[in-house]
Amino acid sequence: MLAQNIIFGLLAVTMGVAALRMVTTKNVVHAALYLVIVLSGMAALYVLLAAEFVAVVQVLVYIGAIVVLFLFGIMLTRAKVGGETDVDNDQRWIGVIVCTFLLGILGVTLWQAFGEESLNLTNSVASGASAVNTQRVADSIFGQYLVPFEALSVLLLAALVGAVVVARRD
Amino acid sequence: MILNQFLFLSAFLFCVGAYGVLVRKNAVLVLMSIELMVNAVNINLVAFSLRNDNVIGQVFALFVIAVAAAEVGVGLAIVLLIYRNRSSVDLTEVSEMKG
Repeated sequence: MLAQNIIFGLLAVTMGVAALRMVTTKNVVHAALYLVIVLSGMAALYVLLAAEFVAVVQVLVYIGAIVVLFLFGIMLTRAKVGGETDVDNDQRWIGVIVCTFLLGILGVTLWQAFGEESLNLTNSVASGASAVNTQRVADSIFGQYLVPFEALSVLLLAALVGAVVVARRD
Repeated sequence: MILNQFLFLSAFLFCVGAYGVLVRKNAVLVLMSIELMVNAVNINLVAFSLRNDNVIGQVFALFVIAVAAAEVGVGLAIVLLIYRNRSSVDLTEVSEMKG
């Protein structure tokens, strides 16, 4: 129990600092690399929450594909690689005020709703072997959620075709 | 572990992402901040999956990941189109539809 809390603390601090640096750094490529740190921390959090399959998909899809897509986007829009550029607009203090306010409201609400409710680490999701959990996820996707899953496949196809049509030169 | 430590971390990351969306003017950086917000929501789904002893939260997290992948593909295509037409991805300059 204690080890899990220590690991969570390390992950939380790392992810928080990396996320803050991501939205404040003036170097576009560094922002993408800080995003990699945050996404890796999320994958570790999913392992901590007994969701191994989601953790693997997070690494494959986000760190493997989406970050590469972002780096391509940075390259193709010819952002100044390596140098510092002016990437913020003039709404910085309004942004700080709005987000602090939002965080305060969310924090108070969450505390009132859940307080110190602890996670039950003996239930079937937490104590199941990773193969069992993955099997349960697969059973849900290909059973109860088959239609949304197929709709999602069509959405991905539509997004693929749409991206090609929008971005090609003709 | 208590449930709220995950929910607080998620809320913090969501607010940092919202700050990025409000403050950045480079379109690629705005898309990155949106990804941060989407991921913060995913932590909630997986944490509640453990709390309610039900894997459906994990299924929804997988759906969210797939939708986010589609979104970022189309989003970057649009950003490339803006760059090609205006030679800039500065969002403060894209204001033709401003009233």
